[in-house]
Amino acid sequence: MPHKDCTKGHGAAGPSPAASATKGISRRALLKTGAAAAVATGFPAPMIWAQNIKDITITHIGQSYSTIPEIGARANEELGFRVEMQTAPDQTTHINRLLTQPNSVDVTDMPNTNLKYFQGRGVLMPVKTSDYKWFDKTIPLLTTGKYPDGTSATMEGMAPIKTQYWATQDAKDYSLTPTEWLVGVPMYYNADTLGVRPDLIGRPVDSWAELLNPEFAGKVALQDGTATGIADSAMALQALGEIDYADKGNMTRAEIDATIKKLIDYKKSGQFRSFWTNFDQSVQLMASGEVVLQSMWSPAVTEVRTRGIDCKYNGMKEGYRGWYIMMTAMSHLDGLKRDCAIEYMNWVNSGWAGAFISRQGFYNSVPENVKAFMSENEYGYWYEGKPATEDILNPFGKVMEKAGITRDGGSLWDRMGNIGIWNTVMDEDRYLTRQWQSFLAA
Amino acid sequence: MFSSPRLPRILPSRGLSPKLVSVLQVTPMALVYITLVLVPLGLIFVVSFLDYNFAQVFPELYLETWIDTLTSDLTLSLYLKTFKFLIIVWCICAPLGFAIAYFLAYHIRTNWVRTLLVAAIAIPFWTSGPIRMVSWVPLLGREGLVNQTLMGLGLVDQPVSWLMYSEFAVIVAYVQMLTMPMIATSLNSMAKIKPSVIQAAEDAGASEWQIVRDVIFPLVRPGLAIGTVIIVTAVMGDVFMVKYMGGSQVNTVGMSIITDLNAFMYPPAAAKSVLLLFVVLTIVLALLRFADIRKELRQ
Repeated sequence: MPHKDCTKGHGAAGPSPAASATKGISRRALLKTGAAAAVATGFPAPMIWAQNIKDITITHIGQSYSTIPEIGARANEELGFRVEMQTAPDQTTHINRLLTQPNSVDVTDMPNTNLKYFQGRGVLMPVKTSDYKWFDKTIPLLTTGKYPDGTSATMEGMAPIKTQYWATQDAKDYSLTPTEWLVGVPMYYNADTLGVRPDLIGRPVDSWAELLNPEFAGKVALQDGTATGIADSAMALQALGEIDYADKGNMTRAEIDATIKKLIDYKKSGQFRSFWTNFDQSVQLMASGEVVLQSMWSPAVTEVRTRGIDCKYNGMKEGYRGWYIMMTAMSHLDGLKRDCAIEYMNWVNSGWAGAFISRQGFYNSVPENVKAFMSENEYGYWYEGKPATEDILNPFGKVMEKAGITRDGGSLWDRMGNIGIWNTVMDEDRYLTRQWQSFLAA
Repeated sequence: MFSSPRLPRILPSRGLSPKLVSVLQVTPMALVYITLVLVPLGLIFVVSFLDYNFAQVFPELYLETWIDTLTSDLTLSLYLKTFKFLIIVWCICAPLGFAIAYFLAYHIRTNWVRTLLVAAIAIPFWTSGPIRMVSWVPLLGREGLVNQTLMGLGLVDQPVSWLMYSEFAVIVAYVQMLTMPMIATSLNSMAKIKPSVIQAAEDAGASEWQIVRDVIFPLVRPGLAIGTVIIVTAVMGDVFMVKYMGGSQVNTVGMSIITDLNAFMYPPAAAKSVLLLFVVLTIVLALLRFADIRKELRQ
């Protein structure tokens, strides 16, 4: 049982909440009221903190993969204040809510690609790098844009480092080099690739080019929408040698035109079976055998496998499509509530929640913390590319993989070390959306 | 019935002119209509003329959106596709709805059987939309019942893929959805035809076909027109069925508005919405020439 293991880990090796609380007190004690009261009454500061925060509620809005009730319940147990989880039904609603009703939200998680919609809008609060407790333990890919061996990751698409730091506190421009203002707290990331039905294909698939192979005409699907659909297509077109991009993550108009023209030709010859918009649809398409090859999200692959259907998710030789999710706070926060929001963000990456999410196949930004909350078998399977020594369970306790299985693509750095493109929203987004419509209409 | 002169007239209030009373009576509805319909519509119209970028709309005049909306091949192909669906669906639903209504009205003798059958038509609507859409896959999918039957009979040796995630699938779903309103409106009009009219035609020696063509059809025309209005507004405004049944591979006017909205491009979405509203209103007004709704209610 993974839950048992977590509790064990939490008690033994894990950075206990008590330890993290002591660490944060110095900052809190600086709060005027707290400090004054502490001096006046001689009470130790944690007691004051506990008294003051018990009526505070932090509203966390996110997607179904992060605002999981179990995580909310655990946060409420360990933090002295309340955390209310609200799940946005889709990205559009999520972004709209943040833009139009920012005061109804305290913290949110979002893909860094969404940041294009928030830059210069004054909605997000810069987080002081020194306020974020796990910054030094965060993987360098997210803090410097480099792999542990010092080589730089690709900058095609919206690489995490492109939106990690605000240049100044006024949160208008990004900085490619570390500053004291974080755009958000690094959370989850992963390397996406093609989901494959090996039972229906019968040979290894190792190139994005296969997405456009006529052999699979009428049996492949794309993710609908310009952010990922176009990135996947670009990976395939480049692999085929049909188009050579300067930066396929930020195409010029001419490159967009060439891409759409190619895609329309493929569509007219019946290459695509369907375009999917959400998790369920992609699972449905794959599980029912309607498609044999499609771009997919890791948990969707897991879901197909949990149904007893074989689904491969190995890397392609051109690399993975990487993505990155960060947690941000809203600019209206101040005083105690702001402190609680930062405390919550620190808690989220303190290990338990990260382990929970890792069991869905995502990576956490502080693997060291997560390790303490996972069994050796789990951490070995999810992060280290080792074969499972016993059955791998999903976060809700359902058997997902049998003992002996190794994660497709291998270890964290085998996968994240080979990113061909990052998820993206391009500068020419307006033009691209217009052209994408012609593709759908063709 | 509502305007029947036999209803007691409400006495005019002391000191208030009848005209003022009428104005007061319509004021609440007018306020709701202005604030919830006209003002938002006006805003949408204004936004369609503004410049935009990444979920932002700038107060600067940008006519490119309208020029593109009114002149591009994309708009033309979207409307052609949408009208194609509309015409095919209407050509199937109207005769089908009329025929079923006729059967229910004149060939079912007992009232309770008729009620039972009308209720049976509604059975597919007991489940929610998404479930109804998903349940087409086991029927029309690559490994679905239809394909299994075709292959079992030796008619095809490869599963037929155009049954699902295609224009065909969209039309099937529309027909399944929109035959019911056509039946309902036709049946409603048929119920208002006095039996004596039919008897008179029978006494004059008319055949069943003549009665249908010369008596029932002209009297049911308003019902068909209202049913048509429902089909027009449903098909023109739909995104749900196109998306699920077409597997997002089919783009229509409604879908393209949704795509713009999902990309936070409000001005083109606004311009397309205004144009769509104009087109739908024109069609509906033309159709209403065939059906005087007030007269229908009075009967």
